[in-house]
Amino acid sequence: MSTMSIALNITTTIQDWLMNMMPEGVANILAMVIVALLYLAIFAVAGLYLVLLERRVAAWFQLRIGPNRVGFQGLLQTMADALKLVSKELTGTERADKFLYNLAPYFVIISSLMALAVFPFTKEFQAFDINIGILFLIAISSIGVIGILLGGWSSNNKFALIGAMRSGVQTISYELSIGLSLLTMVLLTGSLQLSEIVEVQKNGWLILQGHIPAIIAFMIYMIAGTAETNRAPFDMVEAESELGAGFHTEYSGMKFAYFFLAEFINMFIIAAIATTVFFGAWLSPFGITESIPWLGVFWFLGKTLILVFLMMWFRWTFPRLRIDQLLTLEWKYLLPINLVNIVIMAIIVWLNMTIQI
Amino acid sequence: MSYFSDIYKGIKTLLKGMGVTGKYFLTSRKGAITQQYPDNRETLKMFERFRGEVVMPHDENNEHTCTGCQKCEIACPNGSIEIIWDRGIDETTGKKKKKIDKHIYHLGLCTMCGLCIEACPTDAIVWAQNYENSVYDRTQLTKVLNEPGSKVKAGIED
Repeated sequence: MSTMSIALNITTTIQDWLMNMMPEGVANILAMVIVALLYLAIFAVAGLYLVLLERRVAAWFQLRIGPNRVGFQGLLQTMADALKLVSKELTGTERADKFLYNLAPYFVIISSLMALAVFPFTKEFQAFDINIGILFLIAISSIGVIGILLGGWSSNNKFALIGAMRSGVQTISYELSIGLSLLTMVLLTGSLQLSEIVEVQKNGWLILQGHIPAIIAFMIYMIAGTAETNRAPFDMVEAESELGAGFHTEYSGMKFAYFFLAEFINMFIIAAIATTVFFGAWLSPFGITESIPWLGVFWFLGKTLILVFLMMWFRWTFPRLRIDQLLTLEWKYLLPINLVNIVIMAIIVWLNMTIQI
Repeated sequence: MSYFSDIYKGIKTLLKGMGVTGKYFLTSRKGAITQQYPDNRETLKMFERFRGEVVMPHDENNEHTCTGCQKCEIACPNGSIEIIWDRGIDETTGKKKKKIDKHIYHLGLCTMCGLCIEACPTDAIVWAQNYENSVYDRTQLTKVLNEPGSKVKAGIED
């Protein structure tokens, strides 16, 4: 038990219940399997409904209606799409590196699934509360790009390869900004553990506590985060007009669906990190529902969906950047501003100029 | 110092763009241009410039304005229009005069380019706005535009 006690908070009740019926080792493993299945279910449902949300929001931005036929207001549309994709043939190119080609989607999907595990949906509902939470998230989000690179490389297609290389360039550059902007906020919290970060925000959300530098850090984080998920306006990876579909040109059926779902889950993850670090995770505004702890899920998802909507708004407003503009934005603007911002934040923390409620 | 003014201008223009799309997002419910077609088949009306098919309007006396000049037939790039014409005696003047027997229009060949309608000197043929043109047999796509027993309107050639 001692090795497994890295705060598998949600399962303690399940674990106690299981412990009464079977030996300790079996109960531990069973509890973990239950958590894994729970997160897998969340992953699938969240991914599918984010796709639907994206399609409806895109339609509204373009004065259309969007999918509204399958189920009430199109709620089952993406389920139907997923069923269709499951039933489709898995094709591939002739001289593709079969092993890597089949491995790539799992890299992408597992990395985003792992990131999902550390989020504090409420005080109790957090599968894996490690003390280096933020670092873990940054590390995991850079593993996802390996899947993209593998997919592009192994499918033996020049468009896929170019798309994958662009993705590599983009992710490596913008990783820096994400890390530094989160580091700016870590100066305020003094801890990388996500539950600690939430604890600190009981005196006011960090975007309020850190005022000006926090807002700058948030803007940088949102720009870099949009780039990190390879979404428009930074979607050179799958620039339709240039590269077909980029790194997943040669994928079909369910393997394509894995890439597609992972893209949307990554968007959710970026928004969820922002919610946790800047907007107080499951804390309600002014503590209005503090007495009902389970409402935290509602607040967490609400804040995350607002940020997801912001990213969709970006996507349907801004035109795609050229590759040189992308790198100029990162290396000439975001990075220097970010470094100065860290210094400002350090001074503010040092002189106790943070706003505490 | 243009570095900072660039940042300021960049943020300003991006927010302006987001304002524009945001306004569209909020008004999209009322202004949606999507037609949910089979549902609103009764009320759906195509816009003025829509090119459904070529028709020949007839007035209440079953008279059209086609003089049988065949300009539309010549203008058509792919031979969708065939005019079968005849010469008849004009009652008022007693002279021999060209008139159409059948104005045949092959909708199946037509590319909706509109050159025939532009070429027509008397505006005898116009675009119709109907959009349900599918049939089960292609012979139904060959249409005779002038009604049986119709004749040219008097004085249209003067």
